[in-house]
Formats: sequence, C-alpha cells, structure tokens
Amino acid sequence: MPSNDERWLDAEAGPVVRPYALTRGRTRHSGEAFDLVATVISTNARIADPGGLGPEHISVLQLAHAPTTVVDIASDVELPLGVVQILLADLRELGLVTIQAPIPIKARQVDRNTLREVLHGLRGL
Amino acid sequence: MAYGGYEANGGTERRHRAIKILLAGGFGVGKTTLVGAVSEIRPLRTEETLTETSRHVDSTVGIERKTTTTVAMDFGRITLREDLVLYLFGTPGQERFWFMWDELALGALGAVVLADTRRLADCFPAIDYFERREIPFIIALNVFEGARDYSLEDVRAALDLDPSVPIIMCDARSRESAKEVLITLIEHVLYVTDSPVSR
Repeated sequence: MPSNDERWLDAEAGPVVRPYALTRGRTRHSGEAFDLVATVISTNARIADPGGLGPEHISVLQLAHAPTTVVDIASDVELPLGVVQILLADLRELGLVTIQAPIPIKARQVDRNTLREVLHGLRGL
Repeated sequence: MAYGGYEANGGTERRHRAIKILLAGGFGVGKTTLVGAVSEIRPLRTEETLTETSRHVDSTVGIERKTTTTVAMDFGRITLREDLVLYLFGTPGQERFWFMWDELALGALGAVVLADTRRLADCFPAIDYFERREIPFIIALNVFEGARDYSLEDVRAALDLDPSVPIIMCDARSRESAKEVLITLIEHVLYVTDSPVSR
C-alpha cells in the first residue's frame, strides 16, 4: 500500500476521475445504436436544464457545432469511446444533437461502382 | 441552421458514404505507422475491464479485483470525394480485445492483417476472426530491416491461408506502399464479390 496518496496523481496514473464516473456508472447508452463514423451535429437548441449536464457534455456539444463524427469527438475530448457514446446519447435524448448514420459500404452488399470510385480515389492520392 | 451543407434538424439529408477498413496485427507490427503514412491519423482510446483471460499476464495473480485498462487505437480518414470517406481503424490484435473488434467490424468492408515474419503467430487470431465472420482480408507483410527473407509462399503455408487471400510485402512507413495495401484490399473485395461461389 502506498503511504502517500499523492503519488497516484501523476500523468502515468491516468485520469483522477474514473472514466465511467462521468456517465454516472452507465456503460451502455440509451436509444438507438449509432455508428462510430456517424455524423454528429448540434441542433443549437436551448439547453433547458444546464444543471443536468456535466462539463464533459458541454465539451462534446461544443465540438458538434460543425458536423463531425463520433470518433473525431472521442479523439478531441480525449475520453474513451464508450464514454463519449453515452454522453452523445444523452445529448441526443435532450434534443441537443442529431446523429446521422453514414451510408455503409459493407462487405456483404458491395456497391461495385462505389468500390471503383474508391480505387480511383486511392490511385489518385 | 445549416453547417457545411448539412441541415441540423429535419432538413435535407446529406449522408456521406463511409468505407470502414480494419487494420489488425500484433503489438509493434507497424499499424500506427501504416495508418499515419496514408491518412490524417488521430488517437482514440477505449477503457475496458480486463477479463479473466488476461489476468495471469500481470503481476496481480491471485488478487481478486477487476482492473480497467486503456486500449489505444488509431483511426485515420481519407476523404476520397466530398461524400465518400474511407476510415481506417488500427486495432490491437490480441484476442482479449475482440469485444472492440465486434463494434469496429460492424459494417466493415474489409481488413488488412499486418504481419511481421519474425512473429507470424501474432496474426493468427486476426486471421481466424476475419475468416469466421467472412470479412474479406489480405495479409500485408511489413518488411522490417533485418527481418529474415521469406518467400510469400512460405508465409502463406505458415499461415495456412486460403489460396484466394492475397499476400503482399509492404513498407508501412511509405505512403505509396500503404496506398498499394489499400488498393490490393479493395481489388480483393471486388474479386470475392464477383466470384460465382460467394465465400
């Protein structure tokens, strides 16, 4: 056992607040599932109860003023993806953001024209 | 309010087409390097509870507690057209991170398994995973300096790969080489979806 608690508070020790404390212990988000690369946009709605939002909610909301993606937000706020997904679902429930799924190009239902476009794009990089 | 062509609320939908590609492989094999060589790379982390299977590897043997670990991933984005974006996810190759792969693999177009001939066994779990889920994949051998020379056929045999799975050599640091890896994967996806007998 360390005799001095302060030892644990350096950068190596990681965040002082456990990540899922920010979500009040929730590890799954409410509502419809959304893709990691879904587009997130703030609706600019007025926040009815600012007290109900944590500072992390506000940070996430601010990042969504211009269209961005779930993974971009997670990278910007430097919070684990799972935490960010829960915060985003909260904001969606409050009508503060919309989360728009992309059109997926899946392995099982390939749109060959799109793939040719991809090849063309990659070769031109 | 509209932002950059998007309408925020009930407006015109402008959905982009997203191509998700997974990049799997063992620790230190060059996943981050490859993502960085071909795209704007961004760090991403997840926080997960270590499970039973991983507990024996740390020094807390016999201590009954759960620990959380931060798993670092990378993602890169290549905007091919305004409405066509390719996302690359570099994912840790160990089996204990499969919970994460499941989320990433959802809607993925295909995968690149990055391999190092000095530690070929590191990519077995990834190969098993993609085979089981029928996600098209290719093997890219990252050619490290000092790595012993193997022929691609030796590697194919060692990995017990289906003959249809492409193997290529690459240099993860090179943009051209990384592009070639992605092109090979897309061509493979086109090929497998063209086959009369869908695998």
